[in-house]
Amino acid sequence: MTDQNSGSSESTLKTIAPATTAHSAYNSGFYNYGFYNYRVVHQFSIMTVVWGIVGMLVGVLIAAQLAWPALNFNIPWLSFGRLRPLHTNAVIFAFGGCALMATSLFVVQRTCQVRLLSDKLAAFVFWGWQTVIVSAAITLPMGLTTSKEYAELEWPIDILIAVVWVAYAVLFFGTIMKRKSQHIYVANWFFGAFILAVALLHIINSLALPVTLTKSYSVYSGTVDAMVQWWYGHNAVGFFLTAGFLGMMYYFVPKQADRPVYSYRLSVVHFWALIAIYVWAGPHHLHYTTLPDWTQNLGMVMSLILLAPSWGGMINGIMTLSGAWDKLRTDPILKFLVVSLSFYGMSTFEGPMMSIKSVNALSHYTDWTIGHVHSGALGWVAMISIGAIYHLIPLMYNRKAGDMYSVKLIDLHFWLSTIGTVLYIVAMWVNGLMQGLMWRAVNSDGTLTYSFIESVEASYAGYVVRFIGGSIFFAGMLVMAWNIWKTRELALSGNHGSHDAHEMESSSHASKAGSDEVLA
Amino acid sequence: MNNAILSSGWSWFVIIGTFGSLLYFFLLLYLNRNISNPGKTTGHDYDGIEEYDNPLPAWWFWGFLISILFAIGYLIYYPGLGNFAGIGGWSQVGALEESQEAADARYGPLFAQYGAVPIDELVEDVTAMRMGRRLFATNCAVCHGAAGTGSEGFPNLGDALWHWGGSADQIKASIASGRNAMMPAWETPLQEAGVKEVTEYVMQLAGREADPALAAAGQAHYTLYCAACHGADGSGQPMLGAPSLNEEVWLYGNSKLRIEQSIRHGRNGRMPAFTERLGADKVHILSAYVMSLRQDDDEDGDEPEETEQ
Repeated sequence: MTDQNSGSSESTLKTIAPATTAHSAYNSGFYNYGFYNYRVVHQFSIMTVVWGIVGMLVGVLIAAQLAWPALNFNIPWLSFGRLRPLHTNAVIFAFGGCALMATSLFVVQRTCQVRLLSDKLAAFVFWGWQTVIVSAAITLPMGLTTSKEYAELEWPIDILIAVVWVAYAVLFFGTIMKRKSQHIYVANWFFGAFILAVALLHIINSLALPVTLTKSYSVYSGTVDAMVQWWYGHNAVGFFLTAGFLGMMYYFVPKQADRPVYSYRLSVVHFWALIAIYVWAGPHHLHYTTLPDWTQNLGMVMSLILLAPSWGGMINGIMTLSGAWDKLRTDPILKFLVVSLSFYGMSTFEGPMMSIKSVNALSHYTDWTIGHVHSGALGWVAMISIGAIYHLIPLMYNRKAGDMYSVKLIDLHFWLSTIGTVLYIVAMWVNGLMQGLMWRAVNSDGTLTYSFIESVEASYAGYVVRFIGGSIFFAGMLVMAWNIWKTRELALSGNHGSHDAHEMESSSHASKAGSDEVLA
Repeated sequence: MNNAILSSGWSWFVIIGTFGSLLYFFLLLYLNRNISNPGKTTGHDYDGIEEYDNPLPAWWFWGFLISILFAIGYLIYYPGLGNFAGIGGWSQVGALEESQEAADARYGPLFAQYGAVPIDELVEDVTAMRMGRRLFATNCAVCHGAAGTGSEGFPNLGDALWHWGGSADQIKASIASGRNAMMPAWETPLQEAGVKEVTEYVMQLAGREADPALAAAGQAHYTLYCAACHGADGSGQPMLGAPSLNEEVWLYGNSKLRIEQSIRHGRNGRMPAFTERLGADKVHILSAYVMSLRQDDDEDGDEPEETEQ
């Protein structure tokens, strides 16, 4: 404890871990015996980065395979069809899931001013979730799959997911029940909706008849199966990738900007509208199929109405920054959060537009969809998670919120993420529009101008650019891992300074966040 | 196109659910429109976070409202409310049929003028062959390859070998009605040893290196089980689509493993029928185009045998 840059932070440490250095505090189980349970938050945060790296590496590999197919080396376990679900599961449920669990368990404690309901339950949720992820990483390359997109895992893993998820729900809502604050903060509404809806979606969509340990058949068939699948699939987007991360946004944006949330009223209205309307939107994944006309059209108009409630979150987040825009110059964590909101606004505008049937006739089955998904997944989900983790991980090491080893490296990471995302989505837009236009082009005799394979050939350049963009984004994750590792080292050595502390303007929010520890 | 696939109970469920939701969104907006205290916070404090009591942004409020109104208008015009088909009379099958009829009316005569030209003459017609190439790219290339060179399980159309016969009529019949080749699985009668023996004999028939003892044993099985379709000398039978075994052309791969696999488990080669999908005129043009893909101009089917000798 040599550094003296924040008196309040010092007193914090004394309150929580009297007469110990950060080092011994770390080793003596500080996380379990402090006021809050930070152990589980820390574990999930680290695994967010680990699974982010793994999942994105697989993404980079399969992106390379689409440009250079020989890269599957004729090994079944490395074939695109098996690695693609591994990539999606790893980034959504491992990376995104760990980020959501880390932040929700952090936020629920801090905003309710109580420790988690149970440390044992928290440990079960962590280890249970990691078991699910490792099982997925083993079974998917083996080719064991239900073939339902984003729900590929076979029934024994599905049951484990359900058990862990219920434990997570008990942990989260149990903590809310014993809160000290009178009201429930809006971030917790979103986290709560995400937890409840995902439980419902997962259990209903995964209902299946097992035939062996590794094979089951869905209880639904035909068009009903497709509709249930996309009711699940779209709400996985709506509740897992939107509501959950909006919960994250509602805590970390005002916290990092040190500004009040723009409008309480807006958060009420857009929350209740968002959760009520998302469940209608699934049919837009099945336009011009055997799904009845009425279902398709209802899904389409409800998707259009969804635009306003989605944007409510973006407006509330970005307007929260009014009066604090100058902080964007010096605070790359805030940059992550704000740019993620911009991507969120962009992809939630794009989504309703693509759900319009005549637009969908052009965009569906093309790379445009992949671009849309990644403007959400990289631009919104990953970038807000990264910002949130940068905010909270120093707290795990007895440092001030956001006080990482190197601010410059966060800034580097920000630019790698932004450039990577933009390259990725622009490549996919160009490819997608080109494919859609090539597939519908006809000659003067009514025959199709291009064969399918010609559209694949024409997509090559876009595939290469996508691979480059993805690699850049992936490189940013490695920078993040290095920065976290060095921050941890600093904490373990008892050094509270920062690598480039002299360059970092001491911002009021950081010490404020630190001083809140005194609550303990 | 009748859209009434729901019982009336479910139909009303959908209608009430839809309007109930739209009403809920409207009330959510309407009831919250004026409750605010601009610039003041709500007085709550969560871990240092406060909330302003600002009103809903007007442009957002009206945008939301307009989207609800648009939805109501859309659902009156288009199908969406259960069994109510919408006043516009639109259906996706109806729209498809309409555009197909329009395309037939517009492009039909273009193809019909070639339907009457004999295939042999059509092969020489540059315009018709250009159309044929486009039809081939869309309908055939996915299996037979962009240049018609085929791939495993899908015959090469550029060589002189025709499993189902290479005359104009035979080719046209293959495209129009499809083909279904049925090689049964011989695992049970032959047993594993027999499969190996027949494999050696088949390789010998093709003039490849083979174990003489095994091949000799295989010949007896061949005569019993295989000759009926593939011929005693292995020259094949186009009537059944049974390939000639005398040439170094192997539809399902030429390795010993693949040949064994074919004998052990059988093969089901299936070419779909195209008349219903494309109409007789396009099938006619396609037949001519496929004829034109042959690399050798020699239409005498004897040539392969000659090379073998």
